[in-house]
Amino acid sequence: MICVETVESIVEEARALVEDPSYPAARRWLEEHPDGKVLGHFQVYFPEELAHAAGMLPLKIAGFDTTLQIRKADAHLAAFVCSIARSALELVMSGTLDILDMFVFPPICDVARHSCAVWARNFEDIDSQIMYLPHNAASAAAVPYLTGEYRRILREIEEVASTRVTDEALRASIELFNENRRLIHELYRIKRETPWLLSAVETYLLTRAAGAMPRERHNELVRRALAAVEHRDAKPQDKVRVVFSGGFCEQPPLDLIAVIQDACYIVDDDFMVGLRWLTEDVPVDAEDPIEALADAYLHRSDYSPVQHDPRKPKEEMLLRKVREAGAEAVIVAAAKMCEPGLEEQVGYSQALYEAGIPHLVMEFEEKTTTFEQTRMEVETFAESLLFEFA
Amino acid sequence: MTTPTKHERRIVIRPPLPLAGTTRDENRKLIREWWDELNAAGEEGRPVANVFVMGSMAEILRTFDMPIAFPEMTSLQTAVRGRSLEYITTAEDAGYSPDICGYVKADIGVHLQGGDHPMGHLPEPSLVVATNLCNTYIKWAEIWERMYSCPVFVFDIPGWRGSGFETKRGSGTFRDDVRYVEAQVRELIALTEEVTGKRFDIDRFRENLASVNELSRLFREVLELNQHRPAPFNALTEGINLMGIVNAYRGSPKGTRFLEIAKAEFTERAERGVGAVPDERFRLLLVGTACYSNFRDFAGLFEDWQGVFPHSDYMSFAGGALDRGVHYDLDRPIESMAEQMVLTTQEAMGGMFWGQDWLTEVVREWSIDGIVFHGVKSCRTVSTGLPDEREWLLRRRDIPGLFIQSDLVDPRLWSAAQLKNRIDAFFESLESRRAAGARR
Repeated sequence: MICVETVESIVEEARALVEDPSYPAARRWLEEHPDGKVLGHFQVYFPEELAHAAGMLPLKIAGFDTTLQIRKADAHLAAFVCSIARSALELVMSGTLDILDMFVFPPICDVARHSCAVWARNFEDIDSQIMYLPHNAASAAAVPYLTGEYRRILREIEEVASTRVTDEALRASIELFNENRRLIHELYRIKRETPWLLSAVETYLLTRAAGAMPRERHNELVRRALAAVEHRDAKPQDKVRVVFSGGFCEQPPLDLIAVIQDACYIVDDDFMVGLRWLTEDVPVDAEDPIEALADAYLHRSDYSPVQHDPRKPKEEMLLRKVREAGAEAVIVAAAKMCEPGLEEQVGYSQALYEAGIPHLVMEFEEKTTTFEQTRMEVETFAESLLFEFA
Repeated sequence: MTTPTKHERRIVIRPPLPLAGTTRDENRKLIREWWDELNAAGEEGRPVANVFVMGSMAEILRTFDMPIAFPEMTSLQTAVRGRSLEYITTAEDAGYSPDICGYVKADIGVHLQGGDHPMGHLPEPSLVVATNLCNTYIKWAEIWERMYSCPVFVFDIPGWRGSGFETKRGSGTFRDDVRYVEAQVRELIALTEEVTGKRFDIDRFRENLASVNELSRLFREVLELNQHRPAPFNALTEGINLMGIVNAYRGSPKGTRFLEIAKAEFTERAERGVGAVPDERFRLLLVGTACYSNFRDFAGLFEDWQGVFPHSDYMSFAGGALDRGVHYDLDRPIESMAEQMVLTTQEAMGGMFWGQDWLTEVVREWSIDGIVFHGVKSCRTVSTGLPDEREWLLRRRDIPGLFIQSDLVDPRLWSAAQLKNRIDAFFESLESRRAAGARR
């Protein structure tokens, strides 16, 4: 008899990594690589290939829920700042995450840019950097500029890692991360087409684990999960198909995702969108692999409220996502105190209203612990739609 | 001499100086003219550009005779006239969150009410230029883009990169940044030609650049006058008037003429020993912005202790980095504009995020007793890291600081008693510190 792993057991492996703020997989990697260096990066997107090619371990720092108590960080940030900035800072201030050698903030918002300075003042042994991704994505000079900026970051990485990165090493890393994105896109394809086979919480945990462990092992983890899904026997339920929008930076608590999936199929979303920001493979045989990464960021990529790109009007991108996912409704969420997310809610709502697509507007915070109100709202929303579509 | 009571201080009459009030009068005249131009453009259907105080690109837009609207200024004006809340609630009724920038909501409220503003009528923008110097600028621009289907040009100027970063003219990063910015200068010129239907006139552009060189020189001279004790003007109150004009008239001879008037009046005050605050006792540095919905009350909380603000970081970043010394090379205007944009905005914005060294320098040069860090809910760009900066400067440089919070334009976030308690306690600690210093 062949013993087949279950999706549940693999998801629990991912959960153990995602819910532990001490990043246990990274610690194991350091035990195996005693001279290894760790590069943390803030949301939304960072070209992890650059760190990987230098032999560093890239970690995606996406905040934490109530498993991490904020004791020190609050004293360093103004009151009207989102939770993810606090929990990311607390991770290091509390000593929970004491393995970072370098940390990179993309300039997604002003809280992120300020945070880099706060980190630089407080953690002198961590090389804190802002990697200025271009805000003028449509400029003809954006690709050359970003190529230069990636080279600058690579020089910082080389200094921290005490190594020189070759084009061959970069190409190998690009290949590895291409594979990783393909695997994550496959998880999303299954969730989109057959959401009863892979739930939103399961997809979320399997995806988010990528940022908390060596990517080679994550590829293996997802391959195992995909194999296990093939043996899953589950029947479709009569649930409304929704897209969740608003998880591009601060993450909603897992329990909130679970509350929504109790009433709906979340057939697409933007949770941890940076891990699948590039929508196509980066060419492995490009003459200049750094330029290829820059080109992919600007020309073959997803969308989010923190990037203005006239070629990707955000409302149109959301409507396209809804169409492609065969969704019937949208949850238009935003993290509390998140300026770009909250501002985007209005534009999204207006576009959905004009397109006649039902939507539910909500705010969340990674620290939220009670969900009864949200459960009632989501259930009422879903039931009203089931009646409407019946 | 005994310390005058609060009532006595409020009725202190300054010696009659020949130039008294000339800056204020010129300010009022120019602000009125600026509004008149916006109103006329709106009525005549001429193209108007919406821009922001940090990176307005007025040098380019003025070449095309485009009237320039500054929504930060017009939102501020709704607050000082006591009208901001009605616009903010209009925007909130339309779905905008209570937790986003109040400037945005006050402005969107005006637009949702058909453009009717306490000082005139806000025209629809034909072009929006939003720099990345504040990320909310970009979101704000997207709102107008949706309302009016107008082109939005996001002008991206990469900032300081992190630990130990310096803007070095010869570095590869500087060259990369300048190339990127120069390309955008050219792209913005092409877009403005399209919007206005006018050809770019490089000689006109040179004139504007020359005017900004002069504006920057005068702005620095005016700021330096406040190194005088007592400080001849209050950067918290009169500073706002200066910034309004240097932004609205950047690149125009009217702007430089205004600063000449201000310089003359403040020089006269300095020479006669007349301070902006009678019997100046404490010299303060403002980090962050003022609270405009309760502007007089906010200023009064410091003036009651005979505290004056000889400087503020707001005068730097919201003054369009003029204080950093803009020196355009008129022989290569486009290239030079790109270089100067990178140099001055990186310094001004770097001074906001990594403010500790610049603030230390200002404390020394302007003889500052303590720093007031004012965090505002509306503006995470200026507020996010202020508590950390305060703590760092106290611990590492022994510079006392006070951290308080309210808002730019939302009166619902004004808590008079709480602010007064904290400000009074701060002044008491400054007094104790001074007494301890005297004993040593």
